[in-house]
Amino acid sequence: MTNPIIQATIEFLKAFWAPLLCGVAIVAVLPLIVGYIVLVERKLMADMQARLGPMRVGPHGLLQPIADAVKLLIKEDIIPDNADKLVFWLAPVLSVGAALLSLAGLAIGPAFQIAQDINIGILFVVGVSALGIFGIVLGGWASNSHYSLMGALRSSAQLVSYETAAGMALVSALLFTGTLNIKSIVEAQSNEGIWFVMLAPVAFFTYLVASIAETNRAPFDLPEAESELVAGYMTEFSGFRWSLYFLAEYANMIVVASVATTLFLGGWLRPFSKVHELPGFHLLNLLDFVPVLLMVAIGVYCLQRTPKQPTRVQQMFMFAVAGLCFVLGLVLLVPVVVPIAKPFYAGIHGGFWFILKVSLYIYFFMWLRFTIPRYRFDQLMRLGWHFLIPLSIVNVLLVGVALIAGSYFHLQGWGLLLVTTPAAIITLIVAFLILAIEKEHGAPQDQSAASDFYAG
Amino acid sequence: MARRRINLPLRISMLDKVLFYFFAGTAVASGVLMVTRRNVVHSAIFLITALLATAGIFLQLRAEFLFIVQIILYVGGIMVLFVFVIMLVNLDVALQQIQFARQRWVGLFVALALAAQVSFMFWTSGKMPGQGLPVLTAAAATKLPPNSEAVARSLFESYLLPFEIASVLLLVAMIGAVVMAKKRA
Repeated sequence: MTNPIIQATIEFLKAFWAPLLCGVAIVAVLPLIVGYIVLVERKLMADMQARLGPMRVGPHGLLQPIADAVKLLIKEDIIPDNADKLVFWLAPVLSVGAALLSLAGLAIGPAFQIAQDINIGILFVVGVSALGIFGIVLGGWASNSHYSLMGALRSSAQLVSYETAAGMALVSALLFTGTLNIKSIVEAQSNEGIWFVMLAPVAFFTYLVASIAETNRAPFDLPEAESELVAGYMTEFSGFRWSLYFLAEYANMIVVASVATTLFLGGWLRPFSKVHELPGFHLLNLLDFVPVLLMVAIGVYCLQRTPKQPTRVQQMFMFAVAGLCFVLGLVLLVPVVVPIAKPFYAGIHGGFWFILKVSLYIYFFMWLRFTIPRYRFDQLMRLGWHFLIPLSIVNVLLVGVALIAGSYFHLQGWGLLLVTTPAAIITLIVAFLILAIEKEHGAPQDQSAASDFYAG
Repeated sequence: MARRRINLPLRISMLDKVLFYFFAGTAVASGVLMVTRRNVVHSAIFLITALLATAGIFLQLRAEFLFIVQIILYVGGIMVLFVFVIMLVNLDVALQQIQFARQRWVGLFVALALAAQVSFMFWTSGKMPGQGLPVLTAAAATKLPPNSEAVARSLFESYLLPFEIASVLLLVAMIGAVVMAKKRA
């Protein structure tokens, strides 16, 4: 008998080589994706502030992420003398590990999912990604610095407060599906012919706000508020460790955006994916050409900009980007036009729509970041505990009642709107009621005393 | 009654065995480390490891719902609160205080009693019908119902009343906590 560990490894590789390969691919590609999300964010910020943003590295700064990555990798790695070395080493790894692990449960299109058909699908993603908080808290503690500890404390308080609201929002969407399996959730939306954002708009709003707070993004970026806490929990981290935290933050953004897309925005489904079965709506099938046109438009724009680049290398790079866009457009066009390639339609176009929705969700995050100033900590807590949590509980209750009424009248698909819209309106009235009560009782005198504790 | 053998229609794969011993070993080792560390935060980290290893064993038993509930509630909820409170405590002061309970004889007695109980259970298992360790037969994983559905069935159909009583108890505790926190202001 050979060594049991070797034998077990062989068995594991035999059974799970495909998911393993996909996982390695994701781990390899994700830093690049995150780098480009950061580039988009900087460009967007520049645009909103009437600047140009990164322009030097590559045409329009397209190679900036790679330059940044190289800079971070060769920076000096500093561990403070009084830090708890082991925990200091462990914390960023924990943060990024949890974020990457939760990506495994997501389904990008009907064909591509690493952990195929796990029964607890959405719970796995949410639960594992919540473990990333330990990376933040332990990192803040291990640095042995006041700013870091303040950031860590704020972060854990914030996460605990907003996880309830997010969970309740998930529950009210899950009431429509009756399953936790990610594939079945999207299939349920396909069968109903309606996305759950229409059926449970209040839950979507609650999840949106809670997900911003959970990923520590502005306007809720209290744990790393640079005007108060230097950089919060990652003050003492530098170089590669710091970039691991950064990677985890953006991977978490992708995770929450994907959860919202799967649960509320129809996953990989095209808008009006079922409408063509009705008479007179055949024209909506032209929506299949939208991805192709989008790619061609970007490609043409790149070609048009090519001669205007200052150096020869940049011109070639721009040309290559245009070529890439045309190739992608061709790949998207083939399953629509060629009958033989029809089976690949769901996979290719599903992937496109999923990534588009996730990008729009992340774009919204950035848009908010550059628009709304940061909340104060007591305002953040009051918003979470006094407004979002009661609202989400009332919402779950009313959505449940609406569903019972719907099954009583045998409503399905768009018909469900007849019962869920009144439920949403009642929830909105309740929301205004809560706000009115808040205004009456709000602004207590000891407000500063309550906030001082975390203010630093 | 003749001693029934544990009947295994499935050959347990080597992967399952190795994983089980890995999880079990991790759980026990980190449990011991959690008690013996002097630094509270290190203890908390080892408690998290122990809870995660237990979650892994749940997953091996095809109880995926219990697995994720263990992670979300214990690790993601309760342990975050633990660590949160630990950070508010002044560790330097706490380290100077006596950390271990000095009731050795009581502890020894309780531990011996527990060990005797467990070994008695092992010893009697199979000797007397209906006593000792239950003899379980392994079922094929494909024949099991999906775990979340099975848990929901048993909670809301078989054990509805105990479930409701437990919820009321938790609600009472929650209201009590709110009342006690309010009194200070």
